[in-house]
Amino acid sequence: MIEVKNLHKGFGGTEILKGISTSFQQGKTNLIIGTSGSGKTVFLKCLLGLYRPENGAIYYDGEAYNEMDDDQQRDLRQQMGMVFQGSALFDSMTVSENIRFPLEMFTKQTNSEMADRVNEAIKRVNLDGADDKLPSQISGGMQKRVAIARAIVTNPKYLFCDEPNSGLDPKTAIVIDNLIQELTEEFNITTVINTHDMNSVMEIGAKIIFLKNGHLEWEGDKSQIFKTDNKAVTDFVYSSNLFQKVREAQLKGL
Amino acid sequence: MHYLEQIGAYFLMIREVFSRMTKRKVLWKLIIKEIDDLITSSLGIVAFISFFIGAVVAIQTALNLTDPLIPKELIGFASRQSVILEFAPTFISVIMAGKVGSFITSSIGTMRVTEQIDALEVMGINSLNYLVFPKIVALMMYPFLIAIAMFLGIFGAYVAAVYGGFVGTDEFMTGLREEFIPFHLVYSFLKTFIFAFLLATIPSFHGFYMKGGALEVGKASTTSFVWTTVVIIVVNYIVTQILLS
Repeated sequence: MIEVKNLHKGFGGTEILKGISTSFQQGKTNLIIGTSGSGKTVFLKCLLGLYRPENGAIYYDGEAYNEMDDDQQRDLRQQMGMVFQGSALFDSMTVSENIRFPLEMFTKQTNSEMADRVNEAIKRVNLDGADDKLPSQISGGMQKRVAIARAIVTNPKYLFCDEPNSGLDPKTAIVIDNLIQELTEEFNITTVINTHDMNSVMEIGAKIIFLKNGHLEWEGDKSQIFKTDNKAVTDFVYSSNLFQKVREAQLKGL
Repeated sequence: MHYLEQIGAYFLMIREVFSRMTKRKVLWKLIIKEIDDLITSSLGIVAFISFFIGAVVAIQTALNLTDPLIPKELIGFASRQSVILEFAPTFISVIMAGKVGSFITSSIGTMRVTEQIDALEVMGINSLNYLVFPKIVALMMYPFLIAIAMFLGIFGAYVAAVYGGFVGTDEFMTGLREEFIPFHLVYSFLKTFIFAFLLATIPSFHGFYMKGGALEVGKASTTSFVWTTVVIIVVNYIVTQILLS
């Protein structure tokens, strides 16, 4: 579980995050949504420890990040998996080398143990046959699967995903969403996903927080988001024609 | 003020490069890969340039020896001195600032743009040590490249001078051995080590701290080449002043 208390972060005198307090549950897919420039990415990077907040605290299973020493922070980071928006796979490494990388860096496993673990991860994300290919030789959807496999290969306690569906076709996006949800439940991971994809919200939004101009504007789950009368949330949700039509149908009682 | 901040940031980067070392087993693989990328792949261009620069130095010296009182041995002597003292270590280093320096800046810059460096940081890896340290170690092999450049430069001078009909083999060889000061080799290789360190770190600095997208990667490569060259030329002057004056 991750708890955030009164988080503030700014750059060059401009405050981006203005006192966010929330929590993310273990074994659930927690979504951060909001329009561009609402502070989603900065918030996620604070959760990852890439940005140091000016005020407030982040607690990982009760331990405050800002009270940890360097070694403790490094240990914590090794319990985190991250799926970047552009996958961030290492260009010079093959698919299996990318997935093996965290094992080589942080475990004392033998080569055969690592190979077994990599094969398990490859099978889990349905990537059979792509082991020896370079990231440039596979599709965007497959790259996302490799990134997910690399993120989960060390059995992390926390999984963070930044726009995991960006650049993917709707069908592949659903596959990726479902895969993340399955892994979250299977390994009881605290998963935090940064997205503005309403399909993801509908599919896997166990907990949703809505950011607006660096504030926490609304929080709830996927069943509540369509019933809320918060204008900022409804503007965001019904900005797409498809969801507008869904709402009109709901209002007409269809 | 901006330049002072940049210099300060460079030295802070150097400190970070040598802290929190990556696992030795992983580091070893990276060093081997960097030797291949930075040293082995540069052999061809270094050999080509060295041979022809040596040849041109010999021809220029020969064509300017119009006074019959000046012995023809001077062609071998001048070629040796020029190649060993400046052309091999300094001229080749400027070429390498373009070839290797641009490669380092663009590869690290691309990793920055595509969030690969963020991926390393999230995993708790010291990305500066992981990316830059192997390059520094690999470029410690750079003096071997310069030794080859020296040999080929003098060989080029020999071929141009002797087969161009400017001087006989015996006269060239006599000039080549004349008043040889072994310390000149020490000076030359010492500055080569310093240039190797600069070639690894300045382009890495420009790549690592770049901001923006693909266009900025190109700009960072150009800036990196300019600054690496400027620093090499200034350091060359300082080292020469200290060791040879």
